Amino acid sequence: MEPFNTHTGMVMPLDRVNVDTDQMVPKQFLKALTRQGFGRILFYDWRYLPGERPNPEFVLNFPRYEGASVLLARHNFGCGSSREHAPWGVKDYGFRVIIAPSYADIFYNNCFKNGILPASLSEEQVEELFQRTEKEEGYMLTVNLPNQTVADRHGLMFRFDLAPSRKEVLLKGLDDIGTSLQHETDITSYEKAHGATATMYEAVDVKNYVNARQ
Amino acid sequence: MPPKTLYEKIWDSHVVHEEAGKPALIYIDRHLIHEGTSPQAFAGLGAEGRKVRRPDLTFAVMDHSVPTKDRTLPIIDTAARLQFEALEKNCRETGVRLFDMNSRNQGIVHIIGPELGLTQPGQTIVCGDSHTSTHGAFGTLAFGIGTSEVEHVLATQCLVQSRSKTLHILVEGKRPRGVTAKDIILAIIGKIGISGGTGHVAEYGGEAIRDLSMDGRMTVCNMTIEGGARAGMIAPDETTFAYMEGRPFVPRGKAFEEAVAGWKKLTSDEGAKFDMTVELEAQDLAPQVTWGTNPGMVTSVTGRVPEPGSFHDPNDQKATESALKYMGLKAGTPIVDIPVDRVFIGSCTNSRLDDLRAAAHLVAGKHVAHSIKQALIVPGSRGIKAQAEKEGLDKIFRDAGFEWRDAGCSMCIGMNADVLPPHERSASTSNRNFEGRQGKDSRTHLVSPVMAAAAAIAGHFVDVRSLDVSTVE
Ligand code: SF4
Repeated sequence: MEPFNTHTGMVMPLDRVNVDTDQMVPKQFLKALTRQGFGRILFYDWRYLPGERPNPEFVLNFPRYEGASVLLARHNFGCGSSREHAPWGVKDYGFRVIIAPSYADIFYNNCFKNGILPASLSEEQVEELFQRTEKEEGYMLTVNLPNQTVADRHGLMFRFDLAPSRKEVLLKGLDDIGTSLQHETDITSYEKAHGATATMYEAVDVKNYVNARQ
Repeated sequence: MPPKTLYEKIWDSHVVHEEAGKPALIYIDRHLIHEGTSPQAFAGLGAEGRKVRRPDLTFAVMDHSVPTKDRTLPIIDTAARLQFEALEKNCRETGVRLFDMNSRNQGIVHIIGPELGLTQPGQTIVCGDSHTSTHGAFGTLAFGIGTSEVEHVLATQCLVQSRSKTLHILVEGKRPRGVTAKDIILAIIGKIGISGGTGHVAEYGGEAIRDLSMDGRMTVCNMTIEGGARAGMIAPDETTFAYMEGRPFVPRGKAFEEAVAGWKKLTSDEGAKFDMTVELEAQDLAPQVTWGTNPGMVTSVTGRVPEPGSFHDPNDQKATESALKYMGLKAGTPIVDIPVDRVFIGSCTNSRLDDLRAAAHLVAGKHVAHSIKQALIVPGSRGIKAQAEKEGLDKIFRDAGFEWRDAGCSMCIGMNADVLPPHERSASTSNRNFEGRQGKDSRTHLVSPVMAAAAAIAGHFVDVRSLDVSTVE
């Protein structure tokens, strides 16, 4: 995974609470077989009118936010479905950072698997950023992960909290699976001690029939 | 030893590796996968040359996009067909057991786990699907994960997790007639809000929860995620063991007795501390109906569509305004005056036998209103479908003007042909009323199965308590 250190980019405000992952990537796009190409359809139903004409009333289509890479959002961002297609879309569109007062658990987790930094600031701080973004065309923020700060060029600086282990994953661009596989001995001895099985006592109609019953 | 919560007991018994200040590596007993969120995980695994560590603990099913009409016909949706083929191929190559759409045990992933006895108390269960919380009804730690985590579990049979906070939800007293498990959980979400449980694992208790059947308990745990908590659990008891006995993957005879003896220890100890507690009185509850675009936007059937101004928080006011606009509703409208276009009884929330029986009893001898364009019954699994047919429920539904379909997710998510058309309004027993959930621009009202059945007969919402039907419980 691509490591994250600092990022400077233009801010796009999404002024809605409880944005769910169904809105980020609607169901018709869940039939894909790859992780690519979800940027084009991010926020599909809000973003496009019939015939995929851009909806001029949706913020993503405002010319002033073209090229934005910092997504400013409200409370409980990413609730609902566990679909990782949502962060894939966020990343593929070009966002590297999300700033919001709070996130839903599964979405928050999924961000770290994809090199996206979901920074949490207080409601008041987020409100301040909304106002500044509204006022200043091309409003930019610099997000510094090592220092855990969000700053603009006018001297504003907010600190955000982040679990140290999460921070490390992003900073180093760690591959979780590789790290876990280093604990192979622990996993094997756990398996020996606990002997987890799924024994079938009565045949069911299943392909690749295996019976772990010994 | 200090007293422990159920969550802590299951957590502690699954830690494979832990270092201070870091998330732990925990072992996963059951990994359930489906066609929608697994192809990229298998692809990632293959790209790294990694293997599925425990195909024998991994179970796959086709549910999200399967047709609910005739399965002997070719699948015309190419994208869906390619996903089915990918799942089939991935399972064949890795030895993962697959319930394909022609299996007589096929069904929605969260329905067949418990039905087949794959779900057992004390386990950790994950699936690339947020409603994995359903399995918690058996006293398991079960939660939804993203596709990268699916890949992680395939490769390691473990997951990197931090301990959650704990939330105790107590529903005391007796449930009044007409108030179902669905109404209990909707009322809870209405009370705590859709992010009220974020960061927590919920455990349900209290007389009203204990009194629920396993089908009802699964409904409650299923929608836990809609209140923000990733997992919901109920300590196993005699109701649990009676449900489990004799199911295909449940130990038999003496082994069963031994298992039960172990499962009985899976309760929160006296004096165990929870980070947060929420209490409700069952007797205060009425049947619930959602009016907005998330499950927390809910009220009693006796209520009205709220005024945006009645909310304190300006964010809530804005959200309510936009929800009413999307839903095509006027503030102040009595819930019972809202007409319904289509009715959907199905989904992993409410498509089990108890749900179908209750709905069937309510519609027996009656007919769906003329104004209703479609009334769908989609059993959660083919096993449930077969049992319902044995009991003659299919005939009751058909005679009343309902369509009787094959098992799958169907109109809960509209990934197959069962889509709610734009601007049409449903009474749906599913779990999400997000914008576009059942179809672009569609309008969803979440209700219990008996409330949905009653709406089908009347053409609008009705308070089931006013009906002279013994089976509204
Ligand atoms: S029935 Fe609905 S909520 Fe349940 S697994 Fe299927 S799509 Fe998800």
